[in-house]
Amino acid sequence: MFWKLRLPLLLTLFVGAVPIVTFFLTEHTPVIGPAVPFVRDRVESYMVIIAGFALLLGVVSVVQGSIRKIERRRPGWPFAISLLTGLLVMGAFGILSAMRVGPFQGLLTAPDGSDTPFYWMTRNMFNPLQAAMFSLLAFYIASAAFRAFRVRNVEATILLAAAFVVMLGRTPLGEYVFSWLPGGERWLPQVTDWIMAVPNAAAQRGIIIGAALGAASLSLRVILGIERSYLGVKE
Amino acid sequence: MVHGTARAGWLGALLLTATGVARAQIAGGETWYEPTRVGAPLVLFLVFSILVLVFIDRSRKGAQLFIRRIAGINAIEEAVGRATELGKKVLYLTGAGSLEEIQTIASLAVLRHVGSLTARYAVDLDVPCKDPLAFTAARETVQEAYMQAGRPDLHTSDIVHYVTYDQFAYTASVTGLMVREKPAANFLIGQFHAESLLLAETGQATGAIQIAGTAEITQLPFFAVVCDYTLMGEELFAAGAYLSREPAMLGSIKGQDITKAMLIVYMLIGILLQIFGVHALKDFMSINGS
Repeated sequence: MFWKLRLPLLLTLFVGAVPIVTFFLTEHTPVIGPAVPFVRDRVESYMVIIAGFALLLGVVSVVQGSIRKIERRRPGWPFAISLLTGLLVMGAFGILSAMRVGPFQGLLTAPDGSDTPFYWMTRNMFNPLQAAMFSLLAFYIASAAFRAFRVRNVEATILLAAAFVVMLGRTPLGEYVFSWLPGGERWLPQVTDWIMAVPNAAAQRGIIIGAALGAASLSLRVILGIERSYLGVKE
Repeated sequence: MVHGTARAGWLGALLLTATGVARAQIAGGETWYEPTRVGAPLVLFLVFSILVLVFIDRSRKGAQLFIRRIAGINAIEEAVGRATELGKKVLYLTGAGSLEEIQTIASLAVLRHVGSLTARYAVDLDVPCKDPLAFTAARETVQEAYMQAGRPDLHTSDIVHYVTYDQFAYTASVTGLMVREKPAANFLIGQFHAESLLLAETGQATGAIQIAGTAEITQLPFFAVVCDYTLMGEELFAAGAYLSREPAMLGSIKGQDITKAMLIVYMLIGILLQIFGVHALKDFMSINGS
């Protein structure tokens, strides 16, 4: 129980107290002052090191899970072959290039100025795939907006009206459409700014203040060892 | 024992900080403390911490504390029940954040509850992870949930699995999983970024009941529009305590609520004083003049 519960709780108490103490105190504080920047920087460094080891566990999980998926012919198993191939090829090129083994001299650019295989694959395969996923967001926003702006009740109607004004006010089309009115090119952006700066900001700040207090309360529970779900042990 | 040690350590840290501020000036004009941080931040920190500790103590002594009903949390059992009826799996995403992100910790508390429900109802659970540290913590959490539910036989290492650290590769993998396997219930709880809408919209298209929760102000509208239930900001952080019903946990929520009420009163008085040209309360809350 000591290794699985009490030691992690003591470590949590220490690591959780470090940012609080270093937030208020300086290196001029007697006794603990000189240790303040040292401890603060070390805690951050250890986080990166621990994450590095956890990533190795993640890679093992990916490989094991993918192999099991292929063996048992689960739904989507051909994708697991693609995943393993990508992992092995990119991983091998990356490691060999970083270690400058044989023809793989340099991670991004070879000595003759050409792209290394690792960088070529990143630029011509990985990045376009990422961009394709991101670009899908535009279509998803359109479908989510359609669902949100359907007139079902008073609240949805207010939302629709506000969205209509904001969208027009944030595009040149809005200014063009209302330009025939006296001062029409100005009032729409002004109404838009008011909606964003007053009702929208007020609602956002309410949520932010609540969330900040909630986060602080949970942090306190974690530091004091009351909340232990993340440890995987109850008592 | 551990609680006592933790509380003593915590109070010691508070005392040390308070003492440091009280005896601030030392030789050479250097201060023990950060001058810009000992006003409102320190007062808020002390008031908040003391209130939370007081209510935890009161709750442990048996005081009945009212915590309002949170629809999204009450719907968790309904969502798992639906998956049981349909014979389909439950998908749980802990978000993009690592363990240093408090939203991930909050998500793990909900995951423990979902894990115990899926173990009790013998429903498949799938937890694809993006962050390696969250992955290891989620694995431990789910394993313990199955043990606590008395069904360790249903637990396999495949339940919590790692996918990738890349944001959109992860999104592609999870949306593909949603489309192929059509989980009956999707939980999207934790820190999400641009992938939130891609995940939630795909889940919606597959007909799954969706419960989301995040404190990311930019992603909340997407979840609110697309998902059946959304835990907004503080509701996410209260979820673990609400589900556990442990007095200490509930006490901390009460302390947080009282602090919020005090802040609201402070702001209302501040607004009134500002109208009449008195800036004292506003100036006290300002950090670096902002």
